[in-house]
Amino acid sequence: MTRIGIIRLLVIVAMIGALELACRTGLIDHRVIIPPSEMASALANLLASGVITADIERTLGVIIMVIVLSIVLGFAAGLVIHALPRVREALDPFFATYYAVPVFIFYPVLIAIFGLSPMPIVMIGVATAIVAMIIATLNGLDRVPRVLLKVARVHRLGRVATAMKLQLPAAAPYLFTGIKLSVSYGFIAVIAAEFILSPAGLGRDIADAYADFNNRRMYALILFLLIIATIVNAALHALDMRWAERRSGGRP
Amino acid sequence: MTATRRAVDTLVLVIVMLAIWEVLHRMAGSTALPDPVTTMSYFLHLVPSPRFAANAAATLLAFSIALVLAYAIGLAIGVWMGAHRLSGLVGEPILVAIYSLPKITLYPVVLLIFGLGISGKVAFGAMHGILPVALLTMGAIRAIPPVYLRSARTLHLSPWQTIATVLLPAVLPEVFTGLRIGFTVTLLGVLLGEMFASKLGLGAMIMNAMSLAQSEEMMTVAIVLFTFAAIANGVLLWIEHRLHRRV
Repeated sequence: MTRIGIIRLLVIVAMIGALELACRTGLIDHRVIIPPSEMASALANLLASGVITADIERTLGVIIMVIVLSIVLGFAAGLVIHALPRVREALDPFFATYYAVPVFIFYPVLIAIFGLSPMPIVMIGVATAIVAMIIATLNGLDRVPRVLLKVARVHRLGRVATAMKLQLPAAAPYLFTGIKLSVSYGFIAVIAAEFILSPAGLGRDIADAYADFNNRRMYALILFLLIIATIVNAALHALDMRWAERRSGGRP
Repeated sequence: MTATRRAVDTLVLVIVMLAIWEVLHRMAGSTALPDPVTTMSYFLHLVPSPRFAANAAATLLAFSIALVLAYAIGLAIGVWMGAHRLSGLVGEPILVAIYSLPKITLYPVVLLIFGLGISGKVAFGAMHGILPVALLTMGAIRAIPPVYLRSARTLHLSPWQTIATVLLPAVLPEVFTGLRIGFTVTLLGVLLGEMFASKLGLGAMIMNAMSLAQSEEMMTVAIVLFTFAAIANGVLLWIEHRLHRRV
């Protein structure tokens, strides 16, 4: 590990240690934050007891569905829009403002239309995540060298074959940015939707534990979600680094 | 020529969205989603009412305080981590990791610390805005070419002159991008906060309307927020493009 890495680790350990100390000495009220060590033990108990297994499966299932739908549909939509320059020009201002407006405020509208099922959650998740993928696909396709498309024509590749064999790999770095964003937007939207209103799921569990003043359970669940999010982000980052290295032919 | 074409494009886009809305209305029925015309007449009736004004003022107040906090703290962290190399190297991955966490999970913690009133949603909004401002400011400061500082020294500029005439103009475009993103996410944070736990504010109004099955009100408030965010972003983007072009 580098010197910087060691300092970073020390900083993180010191921050957690300071929180632990502040909670233990009563500087921070136990009713506000519980010591990190208690969060961890509460999480271990909660996982061992199995009471949240169904909610974990439900929430992670919805998140995975949202991410897969967003990536696949977003890529497909990106291909279509890229092939129609006039449509794209019209949609450009829409894309530019999309993430500036709180799309999430339409979640209650979706509940009113579709009722309290996983359906509105999946829809708001896809609505949040898919545009990042579309934008990334358009960016990526813009940067596919013209000569590759000529090669495809020389080899008489069809539309689908061209997309899968040439455009997809050539645009890969940009697509990966889109995937990373889709994953994080999908995650946030699903948890937020469950949190605000949902019949079940981890977000709902946290909201319930908060309403019941059940701090041990609440902090255990929060810790669980933060750990999952950190692992997923770290894995994507590592993958990104590895691909970047391979693209540059092993050169740093 | 291009301006009229773009206006036509935008008009077509709006018409297409209205058509989708109408189709959804036909599918879902009037109680779930009112048609655009009904919503528009409700819009004209609701927006001038004192009840709407009170809620909008509550949101605007919370959002303004949150934005000032997010900008002040974000810029302070960004300047510190940009100017002090070691802090930046140590801190950047930590900031990036926190940035990509779903902050909504931490909202109960914020409520426990700051309480249910305006301070809770202000803190939650600021929490969203601080990180993009800090990260982009740090990036901007680090990207200052060293030759700028050398020429400032050659010209015997005082530290204040260096900051005002060299450093500030050099970092401004990118810092402004951070401020624009911070604006957006802070607004989202405040609204999410209001949706989950608040009695007053536009976010709370949407949730109330939903539980009372007043879909006209729900759509109206959503459209007001949508329009506000879109216009604000348009203005900020315009300034940003001008700043970037000047450099």
